[in-house]
Amino acid sequence: MKNNYDHALKVFKRLFRYITHSYKVQFGIVFISIIISALSNVAGSLFLKYLIDDFITPLFGQVNPDFSALFRAILFMGGIYGIGVFSTYLYNRLMINISQGVLKKIRDEMFEHMQTLPIKYFDSHSHGEIMSRYTNDTDTLRQMISQSIPQALNSLVMIISVFGAMIATSVHLTILVIVILIIMIQVSKKIGGQSAKYFVDQQNNLGRLNGYIEEMMDGQKVVKVFCYEEEAKKKFDQLNDELCESATNANKFANILMPIMGNIGNLHYALTAILGGILAINGIGGLTLGGIASFLQFTRSFTMPFSQLSQQLNAIVMALAGAGRIFDLMDQESENDEGYVTLVNVKYNEQGELVETKEKTEICAWKHPHHDGSITYTQVRGDIRFYDMDFGYDEKRVLHNINLYAKPGQKIAFVGSTGAGKTTITNLINRFYDIEDGKIRFDGININKIRKNDLRRSLGIVLQDTHLFTGTIMENIRYGKLDATDEEVYAAAKLANADQFIQHLPDGYNTIISGDGEGLSQGQQQLLAIARAAIANPPVLILDEATSSIDTRTERIVQEGMDRLMKGRTVFVIAHRLSTVKNSDVILVLEHGRIIERGEHDALMDQKGKYYQLYTGALELS
Amino acid sequence: MVKRLFKCVKEYKTDSILAPLFVVLEVIMEVLIPLLMANIVDIGIKNGDISYILKIGIILVISAMMSLLFGVLAGRYAASASAGFAKNIRKEMFHKIQSYSFSNIDKFSTSSLVTRLTTDITNVQNAYQMIIRIMVRAPIMFIFALIMAIRINSKLSLIFIVVIPFLGIGLYLIMTNAHPNFKKVFQSYDKLNRIVQENLTAIRVVKAYVREEHETDKFHDISSEVYSYFKKAEKILAFNRPIMQFTMYACILLISWFGGKMIVYGAMSTGQLMSLIVYASQILSSLMIFSMVFVMIAISRTSAERIVQVLDEESNLINKENPVYTVQDGSISFENVDFSYVGDPNKRCLKNITFSIKAGETVGIIGGTGSAKTTLVQLIPRLYDVTAGKIKVGNIDVRDYDMETLRNEVAMVLQKNVLFSGTIKENLRWGNKYATDQEMIHACKLAQADDFIQSFPDQYDTVLDQGGTNVSGGQKQRLCIARALLKKPKILILDDSTSAVDTKTDALIRKAFREEIPNTTKIIIAQRISSIEDADKIIVLDNGEINGMGTSEELLKSNKIYQEVYHSQVKGAEDNEK
Repeated sequence: MKNNYDHALKVFKRLFRYITHSYKVQFGIVFISIIISALSNVAGSLFLKYLIDDFITPLFGQVNPDFSALFRAILFMGGIYGIGVFSTYLYNRLMINISQGVLKKIRDEMFEHMQTLPIKYFDSHSHGEIMSRYTNDTDTLRQMISQSIPQALNSLVMIISVFGAMIATSVHLTILVIVILIIMIQVSKKIGGQSAKYFVDQQNNLGRLNGYIEEMMDGQKVVKVFCYEEEAKKKFDQLNDELCESATNANKFANILMPIMGNIGNLHYALTAILGGILAINGIGGLTLGGIASFLQFTRSFTMPFSQLSQQLNAIVMALAGAGRIFDLMDQESENDEGYVTLVNVKYNEQGELVETKEKTEICAWKHPHHDGSITYTQVRGDIRFYDMDFGYDEKRVLHNINLYAKPGQKIAFVGSTGAGKTTITNLINRFYDIEDGKIRFDGININKIRKNDLRRSLGIVLQDTHLFTGTIMENIRYGKLDATDEEVYAAAKLANADQFIQHLPDGYNTIISGDGEGLSQGQQQLLAIARAAIANPPVLILDEATSSIDTRTERIVQEGMDRLMKGRTVFVIAHRLSTVKNSDVILVLEHGRIIERGEHDALMDQKGKYYQLYTGALELS
Repeated sequence: MVKRLFKCVKEYKTDSILAPLFVVLEVIMEVLIPLLMANIVDIGIKNGDISYILKIGIILVISAMMSLLFGVLAGRYAASASAGFAKNIRKEMFHKIQSYSFSNIDKFSTSSLVTRLTTDITNVQNAYQMIIRIMVRAPIMFIFALIMAIRINSKLSLIFIVVIPFLGIGLYLIMTNAHPNFKKVFQSYDKLNRIVQENLTAIRVVKAYVREEHETDKFHDISSEVYSYFKKAEKILAFNRPIMQFTMYACILLISWFGGKMIVYGAMSTGQLMSLIVYASQILSSLMIFSMVFVMIAISRTSAERIVQVLDEESNLINKENPVYTVQDGSISFENVDFSYVGDPNKRCLKNITFSIKAGETVGIIGGTGSAKTTLVQLIPRLYDVTAGKIKVGNIDVRDYDMETLRNEVAMVLQKNVLFSGTIKENLRWGNKYATDQEMIHACKLAQADDFIQSFPDQYDTVLDQGGTNVSGGQKQRLCIARALLKKPKILILDDSTSAVDTKTDALIRKAFREEIPNTTKIIIAQRISSIEDADKIIVLDNGEINGMGTSEELLKSNKIYQEVYHSQVKGAEDNEK
């Protein structure tokens, strides 16, 4: 419990730093405005005492009363109220700047940081979980900053100043106030605690139900095919009932807090009246009629902010939990990148040496600064070598002792049953994961020394899952090279043989597609992914089952384009259809994370080993 | 629309009536209490009458107790009524969606169905709670407080007639201006969510192309949009409190001025003045609350509309009267079938398809992307209805069967298949709830899945993540096949279901089919010629039409498309054989 409290305090402080960081002055003004606004409200209550005691009672029974004093008093009060209204507007208005500004900053920072996280993070956290930080958690945060904090402040100022006024009016009656105050704190603690507990339950149940809904909606067609509707309904009803129960409880406690507080206030009022009456009549403590009247007014002003405060505290606790989750994401460690070798544009000077240049050349080089301050340039050629490499996810070793040499322009194919570790190897080249043991060298440079971004820029990749983005087809292809001209896009599309189907779409290259590629067949989506890789024009290309969803007729056409694309590049290919990897320079057969065979197609066929079996498997068995 | 939703209140009707009822009682108490308070000041304290103060004080305590009771009951019933209402809507929606046909599902995207079932319902639930609590409270409070104020001093109450319209107009202007802005906020929120969502699913692409900055820029743009719309909308709302305060203060001042005069002339007492001020605050705050609720309802209206759309969508596939409950055998025949997803004969995906398959035959279907292979097979288990023509299974029109019966006999492994979170066993049981362990293992052996399942530490109790992301693509496909096999169907359709399985395993699966389930009709859609080469019959589809039909040998002689595909894949291999 103590720990939780400490944690919440830490989160709150951190959040507060966001406010003070860019909005110090504005928040200062807000703070003062809230105090002024609250004080002017209290002044209103106090005013009644003077109004009655000093301006109305003396006039009582006069034949020709002079109201000008009363009028001036009211005018004076009007002035104070005016200031109050103005400061209310001021803090409400400024708070919008602050809350929206802070939220934007938090959102932006969260997204920016998320981009730097390693792939591992995304593997181990569900999308829904990450998404809810952008939606639910920031939403509760917004309410807290823009409403709860000012209101809580306001309530606090009200409570303190009313309390002060109470003491000034009657010390005796204030003792009663303290007793009531203690009761109120206890009650709100108890009910608030219950309600918070059920709110947590409700959030958990809601999360579970939403997860189920998401999964079922996603698999709705499978549900239909298996006539699984009744089962799905049954499970849903169960989760739904659980949610309903916790939601009822949570709201119940939240709903009854207000009436309980309000009526404790009413009781307080009655007790004050009785006690005050006794005191006034017996002349104890110098209470006047006006004094009791305004004290009674105070008791009303006292209860209201108090129950508001207890409600706001609930909201603040919930928001802090959300903020905690957001900060948790922001505190995740970024992909480490100790690389210092960078990729630069170069040209040959008259002496035939490589020199760095700003102009766009066709040649790229690795710029390699050394300890002694000298810099060497190595032309990027696409030579990739693995030396005794081991790799595992967590505890499980998945690749053992991989050695492999890919000379520039060679086509290397990985073959093997599913789960043999083919994709993992390609994920290591672009450093989605870091190897455990051994070395990978790119043009002779250890890839750990190369800046990750530059390394990845030199590698083109086409995955089995295409992953397009909402936007036009043009934009999607251009994703591979952001400054590509339209002509370059057309050329890339033609190269991948995507041009033809794109032309058939209603808006051609400007057809808007949605992120999940709805409306395009899987094959068409893959053609776009290939075009996207083509336009990037990287020296090394990784094709991970890039053509698995393309029918063989189309594939043949794509293959032509791909062959053109692969020319002069080092290519790593993973494919199930062995016919597509046959013409590779080297074929590596993987099993259980080890390379068991390697060589050209013909040589492997002659070996009559695993490759031979795989290749002829279908024919042999038929 | 509202009527449609209110139907979902059902068993929570009592709670939904009791909640506002108690609210009314609570409000009455709340309005009476200041009156008692005024009496204490006016009569008790003024005259120094302790016994009177005690008497009224006790009445006040009792009233407060009653008010407390009513308040608690109102809160309780409101909570259970709204939570129950939401539960019923959610339930009805989910059940409704279960009755949807494929074309109904196509109409709503998955993500939109999810939002409707989650966020939209929450919005409606909150609005409902507001309605039964506050919507009743505010007007009643308003009326009672006004009556009391008039009773105390009808002349002074004229102040309200001046002030209320001022506040009303102010609030109205705020709401009408804020609403369209909030709509924009929600729209840009949707966009922001979409960008995050896409970034998450495509994170590998983003990183591979080093587009982190590009993505961040995209995000900055949209977050700036959210920022500016939100600010614009909230700027308008910022007037809410000051306007409320302004009118409140104005009332107090006016009442003090005129009331003070009246007191001096003996037309009113101090206590009455105090009560009037209390009633003034009640009247104005009820107006304010009313306007806030109005905004909430306006916002949730969009949600309600979206919910009703789902509820009102009628499944276009329904059982015929007196349907047939048994499927004779696995024979299939297509008779001049036309099909269009939109029901428009000019936009046909399938044109004049006619063929027949005998029970137990294996049929391969090949064709280019977009040649409507998937569409064709989806008509067999009646996932869609034909636009023209007829499809018969076991010699009876598919539309004459009970749908569940038909689909239990026609097992289909979808191209875009899904595994669910849970153990492998639980996933397999989708095929047959009562399957024994032996049956499951047998099915997995046929689908060549047993080996890898046994290699997992928890074997058949291995827990799969949502979407089955912790098994490889090929393993997933084999599990999906095993799941379908457990149905022991008369017809088995594999829609490109072995694309990620290597050729050897693929061949083993087909071999197992041939030997173990010879009487089941098998339809296989594949890209790989080896997957269908040995089929009894191969259908070549092109652009929604049958381009050729026959055995591999026949097609090799006569069909151009088949020749092309065959040679691109098989010839090379054969050359090497020699």
